[in-house]
Amino acid sequence: MLAVEVEKRLSDFFLSASFQTPGGAAGLFGPSGAGKTTLINMIAGLIAPDRGRIVLDDFILFDSAASINMPVHRRRIGYVFQEGRLFPHFTVAANLDYGRRMHGFLRDDAEFERIVAMLDIGNLLERRPAKLSGGERQRIAIGRALLMRPRLLLLDEPLASLDETRKREILPYLEKLRDEARVPMVYVSHNAAELARLARSIVWLDAGQVISIGGPELLQIAGPEINRPTTGARFF
Amino acid sequence: MLDLSPDEWTAVRLSLKIAVVATLVALPFGIALAFLLARKSFWGKALLEGIIHLPLVLPPVVTGYLLLISFGRRGPIGAFFAEQLGIVFSFRWTGAALACGVMGFPLLVRPIRLGIETIDRRLEQAAATLGANRFWLFLTVTLPLALPGVIAGMVLCFAKALGEFGATITFVSNIPGETQTISAAIYTFTQTPGGDAAAARLVVVAMLISLAALVASEWLARRAGTRFHGE
Repeated sequence: MLAVEVEKRLSDFFLSASFQTPGGAAGLFGPSGAGKTTLINMIAGLIAPDRGRIVLDDFILFDSAASINMPVHRRRIGYVFQEGRLFPHFTVAANLDYGRRMHGFLRDDAEFERIVAMLDIGNLLERRPAKLSGGERQRIAIGRALLMRPRLLLLDEPLASLDETRKREILPYLEKLRDEARVPMVYVSHNAAELARLARSIVWLDAGQVISIGGPELLQIAGPEINRPTTGARFF
Repeated sequence: MLDLSPDEWTAVRLSLKIAVVATLVALPFGIALAFLLARKSFWGKALLEGIIHLPLVLPPVVTGYLLLISFGRRGPIGAFFAEQLGIVFSFRWTGAALACGVMGFPLLVRPIRLGIETIDRRLEQAAATLGANRFWLFLTVTLPLALPGVIAGMVLCFAKALGEFGATITFVSNIPGETQTISAAIYTFTQTPGGDAAAARLVVVAMLISLAALVASEWLARRAGTRFHGE
């Protein structure tokens, strides 16, 4: 379970959010500029909140009252960034292996094979990231985060930089990830259709505030400022 | 033409030894300072930058003189090194390497610093989320991505060390077999009647070494670049 209660003032923006997710796939929904990325950066430890508390299962990640701020590298929270952020100087295989090596885990070939098969990236292992398509990069970024056995997986609009064809190509992998990986996820998106397909619970953020928490049915009333679902409507 | 006499070979070997040692010993300090200047802000940063760049703007003879009074046998730092570590600089090849390292240092630091500054910090964030602590993050992401800058800095420092004359001759003099580098030997030969041919031979050697260093750096930089950007 992830429990977040944070405040953060940025130059022209005030974020104050409080929510809990039961585990499984949670969707963090809201228009651009709502503070979604800021919020998950605080969960990952890349930004420190001004005040508040972030708890993941038994781990206190941040607690301003107790002066606790666990450093990023010790949180073991997988983060799939919008732009992949693969290491250009490593092969795909070395990228995938990076988190495991940094944590000093023993190599588990069966797990490696399982994740490579799930994401269908077995034929890319020897390549360099510069030679991959956007969709391939995102799949490898997902694999890289999964292979460090994360306590939680954050996905920040992993489809936003892809065109429609690529999005349709990746979505089934994300569904498999949700159903097979057994890792709690926070999936960030401004796209109601995407979240309707992927998330089991929704936290709706707008202008730095949580305005609604509930099931995916919340997305039916998504306002006009947010990309209205088109193809995804049948999932409601 | 390149039928060098034993004395000339000695000067060439000594020059290479001094330039290699100067570059390699300066390298870890150069990387540390480049990182500090690229990433940290602290009190006295401008002053530190000024001191690092000083050998670039001071007359080399002045740098040599300052080395002499501080690293010479009676100099405060020189005495410490001689007594505590057994390293003597004055009138030794080690002193020549020190002078060359100091003179090449600003040329070493600058490209490394630029290399570190152009790194996409978001890749370092990604490495941190994957469990890399500061040390490993630097070793596995920052340093490899700054490698083209490191190579460029090393080549510049090596070339400067190879050609250094003023500070070296002021600090450790011009002793054949100990501190007489190619540059100093060329100077000596041009001052000696009948030394023109020997000077010309060493000039050719100096040009060949410099050219080789340039080609090697170009090749290394291209290899590093290929790794990052595909073809």
